[in-house]
Amino acid sequence: MTVQQQTGPQPRFDLKASAWSRRKKRIKHDLLQIAIIVAMVGILIAFALAVRNGLARHGISFSFDYLWQAAGFDISEGKTFSWSGSLPNLTDFTAADSNAQALITGLFNTIKVAVLGIIFSTILGVMLGVGRLSTNWLVRQISFGVIEFVRNTPLLIQLVFWYFAVVLQFPPLAAAAKLYGGFIISQQGTYLPWPVLAEGATIPSAVAASVGIALVFTALFVSAKLRILALVAAFAALALAIGLGFPFVLDYPVANRFRASGGIAISPEMAALLLAIVVNSASYIAEIVRGAIEAVNRGQWEAAAALGLNRRDTLSDIILPQVFRVVLPSLGNQYINLSKNTALGIAIGFPELFNIYGTIANQTGRTLEGIVIVMVAYLLLSWIISAVVNFANSRLAMGTSR
Amino acid sequence: MSLGKLLAAGVFATIGLSMNPASASVLDTVKERGVLHCGTDNTAPGFGYLNTKTGQLEGLDVDFCKAVAAAVLGDATKVKFVTVTDKSRFDAVLTNQVDVVFAHTTLKPARESAISVDFLPINFYDGTGIMVKSEIGVKSLDELDGATFCTTQGSVTETVLASAFKAKGWTTSKVLTYENLEKLFAALGSGRCDAMSTDKSALAAWAGNSPNPSDYVILPDTLDKSPFAGFVVANDSKWRNALRWITYGLFQAEESGVTMAKLDELMKSDDPFFQKLLGVNGGFGKDFGLPDDFIQQAVRAVGNYGEIYERNLGPDTTMYLERKGTPNALWTEGGAIYSPLWN
Repeated sequence: MTVQQQTGPQPRFDLKASAWSRRKKRIKHDLLQIAIIVAMVGILIAFALAVRNGLARHGISFSFDYLWQAAGFDISEGKTFSWSGSLPNLTDFTAADSNAQALITGLFNTIKVAVLGIIFSTILGVMLGVGRLSTNWLVRQISFGVIEFVRNTPLLIQLVFWYFAVVLQFPPLAAAAKLYGGFIISQQGTYLPWPVLAEGATIPSAVAASVGIALVFTALFVSAKLRILALVAAFAALALAIGLGFPFVLDYPVANRFRASGGIAISPEMAALLLAIVVNSASYIAEIVRGAIEAVNRGQWEAAAALGLNRRDTLSDIILPQVFRVVLPSLGNQYINLSKNTALGIAIGFPELFNIYGTIANQTGRTLEGIVIVMVAYLLLSWIISAVVNFANSRLAMGTSR
Repeated sequence: MSLGKLLAAGVFATIGLSMNPASASVLDTVKERGVLHCGTDNTAPGFGYLNTKTGQLEGLDVDFCKAVAAAVLGDATKVKFVTVTDKSRFDAVLTNQVDVVFAHTTLKPARESAISVDFLPINFYDGTGIMVKSEIGVKSLDELDGATFCTTQGSVTETVLASAFKAKGWTTSKVLTYENLEKLFAALGSGRCDAMSTDKSALAAWAGNSPNPSDYVILPDTLDKSPFAGFVVANDSKWRNALRWITYGLFQAEESGVTMAKLDELMKSDDPFFQKLLGVNGGFGKDFGLPDDFIQQAVRAVGNYGEIYERNLGPDTTMYLERKGTPNALWTEGGAIYSPLWN
C-alpha cells in the first residue's frame, strides 16, 4: 500500500485513478474466474447430457440394480463380505453371490496385492537405493543394473515375463511336492506351512505363546539393553506356553491331485503380479532413496565418522532417519502408482477389481455403471494411501526445521 | 489399458454418437465411406486368425466380412479389419468404431437386451467343450473335480462353468480367466490350467495348430450350446436387414447350388429364379439399399456358405470340424442352416 506516502512530494501518478484501475483489474480478474467456472460447469453438464442422450438413443438405461443380482460366475481367489445373521463376515466367493459381492472380492484382491506390494517394494527399494551407493563394487553394479533395466522396460511386459517365463516354469505339483518337503513351490501355486491352533489348545497357553512371539519381534526393534530384557521375557512366556501344552502347530500343505491343501497358498497369478509391481516400484523407490541420501549434507557423514561410527551405523542411525523424512511425500506417489498398477493383473488373469469389473460388464452389459464404481474405488484407495502418508509425514516432520 | 484413457474414449465416443443425426443408417455411412469396418478376432483359427505363414487374416468370420463388403460395395477388398477381443467387441459396435462384428460371438438374451446390439442370423452352431493335456490321462469331465479350469474373460463360458460346477456339486474347482485364447492356450500348455474350456471349434483349432496336436484331448462332454452370430448396433433395421439377407443369401446360394465355379454359367441361365437371385434380371437388392447383384458379388468373392465352411473348417484344414450330422449342415441334410425363401 502506498498510503503513507501522502505527506511526501506529489506522486507522479494520480492515486485515485490508480486505485480505480486496480479495482477494475480485480473485478476483471474475478469475472474471468467466474466465467471459467461457469464454462467448466457448462461443459460438464453438456457432457452428462450427451452421455444420457447417447444412452437413451441406444435404449440403454442407467441403473445400479444389477449389483444385487446373482453373479453367476466363479472367482479363483479372494474373500467377500456376506451376511450370516446380522454381522458381515469374510467368506469365499461363490457363483450364487451378487455382483456387488464379486466387486468386493475384486477390491479385496486389489488391496491385498497393494498392501503387500507397498511393504515389500519399500524394503527392496531401500536396499537397492543404499546398494547403489555401496562401497562394494559388485553390489553397486548389480543395484545399478537392476534399477536401470527395470525402469526402462514397460511394466506390462515385465508382468507377462514374470508370469509365463518365471512363475509358470516352476515344476508341476506332483514333482514339486517331493522336492521341497514342507514348502511346495509349483506352477499351481506356492504353498507354505502356516501355524494354526492345535487341537485342544487352551486360551492361557495361546495368550502366553502369542505374547512370547510378539516379544521376540519387539526385541528386533529396541535398543540393546531392552533387547535382552525382551528376550528373557519372551523365553519365559514361551516356556510357560510349552508347560501348558504348546497351542500352535504348523499346518503343512499336502499335495492332492490338482491342488495342495493346508498351509497358506499364493496363487501363481498373485505371485507374478506381486513380483512385477514390487520390483518395478522398488527400482523407482531406490532412485528416490539414493537421491535423498546424496542430498544429506556430507558433514553428517564426516561428523559421524569423527565420532567413531562405522559406515553401517552411520547409515542406519544418522542418514536413513533423515532420508525417510525427506522421501515420504515421493514414496506416497509411488504407493499410489503401485496400487493403481495392480489393475494390470488383468493381463495374467489375476481377479483384481478391474478384471472382475470386466467380467461383470460383459455378463450384464452395465459398462458405464461399472466403470463409475471402479473409478470411485481406485480414487478412494489412492486418497486413503495419500492420507496415511500425509499423516506419517506430519508426525515425522514435526520438530525438524527443513 | 489405463482407466482414464478408457473413460475418456468412452465419453468422447458417446458424445460423438449423440451428435450423429439419428436417422443416418450405418448402411449409408459405409456406402459413403467406401470401406467396410469389420470387427474380427485374430487369434481364433478357423474364424478370425492371422496366419503367420501368409500374413493374411483368414477364417469363417473374415470371409463373412469380405462377403458383406462385396455385397454392399461390390469389392471384397474394401474391408478394414479391426481386431476385437471378447471384451471389446460390443463397445466397438456401440461406439461406431466398427460397422459390424463377426467374432465367434454367442447369441444370448442379455446381449440383445442390456448390451443393446442386434444379432444377425446364426452362422455357426458350436458348443462349450473341455480340453485337457493328454498326459494327465483324464477321459471325461467327471474326473476333473477340484481342477483349475481356464477360459477367456467376458465369455459365456465363465457362467457356463459356474453352473456346471454347481450342478455337479463341485466346490473346490477354480476358474481362471485370461484376456485372449493365446494366453489361455499358453497357460494350459504350461500346466497352470488343468483344463481349458471354450467353444469346441476353438479347442479343435488350437490343438490342431499346435506343434503336436496329440498332446491335447478334447473331452466328449458338451457343457452348453453356443450359437455364433455377427451383430450390429441396435435399432438400425436398414443395416441389420441388409446384413441378414446377405447372410441368408450365402445359405440360399449353397442350397441352390450356386458356387464360385458355376456362377458364370448360372448367370446365363434363363431360370427366372437364378436371374433374380443373382441380379441378372431384376433382383432383391434395391429395396434393401443394396445393389441388385449383391448375392452374385458375395458368392464371387468368397463362395457360398458351404464353400466358406470347407475353406476354413473343412477336412483340408488343421482344425477339421465335421459338418455332416451337426446343426451346421444345410436343413435339407438335417442341419439347421436355413434360409427363408427367396421369392
